[in-house]
Amino acid sequence: MFYRADITIELKKGMLDPEAATIKKALKHLGYNCDNLKMATLYELEFEAESKDEAKGLANEMCLKLLANPIIHDYSIKLQ
Amino acid sequence: MKIAIIQFGGSNCDLDVYKALKTLGVNCELVWYKEPLSDFDGVIIPGGFSYGDYLRAGAIAARTEIMSTISTMSVEGKPILGVCNGAQILSEANLVPGTFTTNAYPKFVCKWVKLRIMGSSIFTKRSREIIGIPIAHKEGRYVVNKKTLQEMYDNGQVIFKYVDDDGVPSKDANPNGSMDNIAGISNIEGNVLAMMPHPERASNALLGSIDGIAIFESMANYLGKL
Repeated sequence: MFYRADITIELKKGMLDPEAATIKKALKHLGYNCDNLKMATLYELEFEAESKDEAKGLANEMCLKLLANPIIHDYSIKLQ
Repeated sequence: MKIAIIQFGGSNCDLDVYKALKTLGVNCELVWYKEPLSDFDGVIIPGGFSYGDYLRAGAIAARTEIMSTISTMSVEGKPILGVCNGAQILSEANLVPGTFTTNAYPKFVCKWVKLRIMGSSIFTKRSREIIGIPIAHKEGRYVVNKKTLQEMYDNGQVIFKYVDDDGVPSKDANPNGSMDNIAGISNIEGNVLAMMPHPERASNALLGSIDGIAIFESMANYLGKL
């Protein structure tokens, strides 16, 4: 069966995100004051697996082996 | 004794490292990452932008087959040096603790910095305590959790710090927001060194400094060449 996994990777809470800070500042220049601006990367993956559990396991493996760096990132997986 | 200089797609400074080693009379070879890596006593992973810095700097190169071989060589105690992108690759391959991520001021920074050599390392035995070397990176901010950092200090794994003209690791001397001004770190055994500054770019008087040559000289000396 084909599954779609939406994997969101973001910096751990409290980590400095210079790019997000710069964008927040740019929005302020345009007159939009945001208290908080957070950036994340979304991966939409489609692949075959025997079951939902296996699909989730595979997506988790992909995060641990490549997509996320556990030193600085948290990740979440949404399976459809 | 022979040192391999690894070339990934997007490596640069590989020829500079080659030249620096040849100046010292060190036997070395450029090795394309798909070629077998046998009969080498040490490895240098040069700087550049392997795989276009896609995903994270060094992330994709760190997962190539040649890195498994280099990991095995590190376990065997062979000296492994990663410079700039090479340092990012070593951290992504978990051969050194922590990681190098986007500079606090998120821009490519290219300038001369001063480094203080902390403690003793096989890569710095022939160096002076304070050296001038260029940096050129956008992802050089060293990050590690506090507990590991303390262990690294206890084990002498913090090898270089960015310092000011007085040799002090001040805030102003920190070019990228690295924790504790850290510019280079080693594994616990001390035979793997990851450093953001470029010693090969300070290996000839024509380039403005020869301070960097001591890093290669120390590595070669450790291998019994000099």
